[in-house]
Amino acid sequence: MYAPHTQSDIRDMLETVGVASLEELLRVPDAIALGEPLAVPRGLPELELQRTISAYAAQNDAAGYTSFLGAGSYRHYIPPVVPAIAMRGEFLTAYTPYQAEVSQGYLQAIYEWQSYVCLLTGLDLSNASVYDGATALAEAAIMAVNATGRRALLVSPAVHPNYRAVLRTYARGLELEVDELQFCAEEGTSGLDSLPALLAEKRYAAVVVQSPNFFGCVDVPGDSTRTAIEASGTVLIGVVAEAMSLGALVSPADWGAHIAVGEAQSFGNPVAYGGPYVGFIAANKEHMRRIPGRLVGRTVDGTGKLAYTLTLQAREQHIRREKATSNICTNQAHCALCATIYLAAVGATGLRRCATLNVERAHILAERVTRVPGFSRRFGAPVFNEIAIRVPDGTSAAAVLAGLQERRILGGVDLGRWYPQLADSILMTATELTTDGEIEALTGALGAIASGAIGGHAAPISGEASVVRA
Amino acid sequence: MSAPDAADVVRGRFEPGATEPLIFELGHPGRANTYFPNARALEEFLPAQTLRPDLPLPDNSELDVIRHYTRLSQRNFSIDTGFYPLGSCTMKYNPRVNDAMANLPGFRDLHPFAPDELAQGALALMYDLERYLAAIFGMAQFSLNPAAGAHAELAALLIAKAYFAKKGEGAARTTVIVPDTAHGTNPASAAMVGYKVVSLQSDARGRVGVDAIKAVLGPDTAVCMMTNPNTLGLFEDHILEIARAVHAAGGLMYYDGANANALMGNARPGDMGFDLMHLNTHKTFSIPHGGGGAGHGPVGVAAHLVDFLPTPVVRKTGDRYALDFDRPESIGPMRSFWSNFAHAVRGFTYILANGGDGLTKVSQLAVLNANYVRVKVREFLDTPYDEICRHEFVASAQELKRETGVRALDLAKALLDHGFHAPTMYFPLLVPECLMIEPTETESKETLDAFVAALRSIVEQAKRDPQAVLAAPTTTVVGRVDETRAAREPDLRWKAPA
Repeated sequence: MYAPHTQSDIRDMLETVGVASLEELLRVPDAIALGEPLAVPRGLPELELQRTISAYAAQNDAAGYTSFLGAGSYRHYIPPVVPAIAMRGEFLTAYTPYQAEVSQGYLQAIYEWQSYVCLLTGLDLSNASVYDGATALAEAAIMAVNATGRRALLVSPAVHPNYRAVLRTYARGLELEVDELQFCAEEGTSGLDSLPALLAEKRYAAVVVQSPNFFGCVDVPGDSTRTAIEASGTVLIGVVAEAMSLGALVSPADWGAHIAVGEAQSFGNPVAYGGPYVGFIAANKEHMRRIPGRLVGRTVDGTGKLAYTLTLQAREQHIRREKATSNICTNQAHCALCATIYLAAVGATGLRRCATLNVERAHILAERVTRVPGFSRRFGAPVFNEIAIRVPDGTSAAAVLAGLQERRILGGVDLGRWYPQLADSILMTATELTTDGEIEALTGALGAIASGAIGGHAAPISGEASVVRA
Repeated sequence: MSAPDAADVVRGRFEPGATEPLIFELGHPGRANTYFPNARALEEFLPAQTLRPDLPLPDNSELDVIRHYTRLSQRNFSIDTGFYPLGSCTMKYNPRVNDAMANLPGFRDLHPFAPDELAQGALALMYDLERYLAAIFGMAQFSLNPAAGAHAELAALLIAKAYFAKKGEGAARTTVIVPDTAHGTNPASAAMVGYKVVSLQSDARGRVGVDAIKAVLGPDTAVCMMTNPNTLGLFEDHILEIARAVHAAGGLMYYDGANANALMGNARPGDMGFDLMHLNTHKTFSIPHGGGGAGHGPVGVAAHLVDFLPTPVVRKTGDRYALDFDRPESIGPMRSFWSNFAHAVRGFTYILANGGDGLTKVSQLAVLNANYVRVKVREFLDTPYDEICRHEFVASAQELKRETGVRALDLAKALLDHGFHAPTMYFPLLVPECLMIEPTETESKETLDAFVAALRSIVEQAKRDPQAVLAAPTTTVVGRVDETRAAREPDLRWKAPA
């Protein structure tokens, strides 16, 4: 209980209000009054509370495992300066900055976030953030539908499967059609060569491409494809599920995206079992009045002093109600703040170096893993920090992952979970945190598993999938 | 705006009341912090055409970064520094133990693709939180998937749409009934699933009338979206009759949980006939607002809608927990991963800290605080619905405006000069010059007295010297901002000087 009321406070206040008891104050019709205590245990003092909650945390055994998991959620180094500032109560416990005069600090931080997103994506404008990468994509699709008046979307199969699933959830609500491209199985890319023919009909509001794509591969349209996209008036939505890649790779604007969306968890936010994260949306200025959610603008006060404020609110639900561009109400302000402080601390020099380390570690990982007999790279395209590894014939990704798990290694995700034809492949991730020792432990374990499986001995692996299938 | 000279930027920065420069104006190329070891060149690994030619971000020393964001933090109102009487926002104290628990390495560093058997603690916590929410609000099951209240509303309406489609009524049921006291997200969410909105006027008592709702119900009715207590802070005492009428017409009842802080241990939406609901964990269960998010929006359903909940759902078999994606009737996932899990930890910690007895007391004292402020405020401002309220109440400055020209907005801005945040204004729309006040249970009688005294002195000043109130705020780092200019000449990002 965090209420400060003493018994005498309660008595005095009830008297002021003119009722005899708290029960009288809260009276509701008998038919709906809850006639019994809540079925929740009695409250705990803080010391016991910490013990109880810590016991839950202690049951997450994954903490002690070496991890090569990524696939849309990334372990990166978080300089202590990030939480040290972000957890200040003046940021943490602030409300949405509707009262600009007493929210200049947060508004300026969001303006800086918007600027960082623009600088990294190469696009003209950005909003104050949205829930996460997947919902950013869904919101961008709605922008494209509203911009073109077309009601179909064309999506690369190499876009993160969870993002595509969320897009379908939203599309069912709005009754939009979602088609998928054919996948290029050699390169691990989107099969964008077929795009010009598909776009000729001018049926699609948007084409959605992710780079680096779900398999870690650089996957961007070539010149002729871009020409076809422009000629058909289709919006190219570029997805970046690993924002760290923006420190090294060509920006979405440079590869032709009109709207860029993605996930910025990698900038100063922990993996935290999936959230909260921070989605970003950046767009060309022609989309300014279609962008959903909050926007911070720079202006002046009555005396001409520089000031920040939430702006263009005529797009938003609290003003426009059912005519709003989106129902979105919150942004991920605090996660975006962490990302902003992270970017400020690492700077251009640090971000480029960190992104480069990711590339380096992933390539060392790939090189060492493919030295283990039977393991090879599944795809040929250049990669950022993730790599699809094909396991030896006669075994499966699920079986190899289960064997690694017995050796306290989380080797990556089983691509067969979403792509049945890739049940022989594991998506492995390396970041700047991945050490040579961890890679050595992995390759040693893979060698032992492969020789067990290929040799036909009693394999330490039962073939049981280690993850629930989506 | 032209670019200031870098030396001037830093000189001016330390003057009292100075504008803090942008991080982009402070940096110097090469003034880098050493967080990462050296790496080999990118060109060794990737083709040149895949690499970005430049990375136009500033380099700042860590001290400059700390100073910059610390100074920004100080240019902010927050619960930790002051009182928010913000109606429908439930700005209660955010206990620090919640953050400490969310930051336990076992939670913070747990990857969402960790195998279920290695994430049993997280799954058990999610499962137990769902059960407690179901018990507190009388629903069959909750999903922790949606990221915020509006997101959960969207999930709920998608559930309704899927439910009617399965019953073969998808094409017929196309309208959502939304009272004029509803939050703005309700109609916006309805539009996101292609539903038409039918607005319903409240009656003279500030409630939804049973006859009024019967008049708009029909075979096209999909969902009636209500909140109880409503945004006037009044309990919808005919809620059972309303629910019966909506159900008789074949529709579903949706409960907007924004005002749930008034209900715990007292009444449950499930017992009022609601089929669907959402919660704002960042309101009722004390998750920090963080300047506008991240939120957390569990969606709850009655038994006949459980199969439609978003994926994944935490399933318990024996004493083992698993994420269940295999739910053919589900509307599908609403977001990238399973939940705003760190916030689930915070909300769960808060529930265990209070317990069933404490949560009941929370709602009682929230209602007591609101009524205490209400009876004091009505001495000097109109309170159009003059009866016992729940967790919040509305006052109107219409009479004051007629007398003095001072509007609700001006009162709110003047409160900033007295060190209080503004109340929610101009909402709900049916009350002219509305001030909507929700003190929450964590404020002491002394704080409430100080707030009332400040508001009273502003009203008195308005009658004496309205110009002084119209000029407020004068003590804040900036005065009233030029919002027209912000919208007409949008400046939404920093650009490098040409």
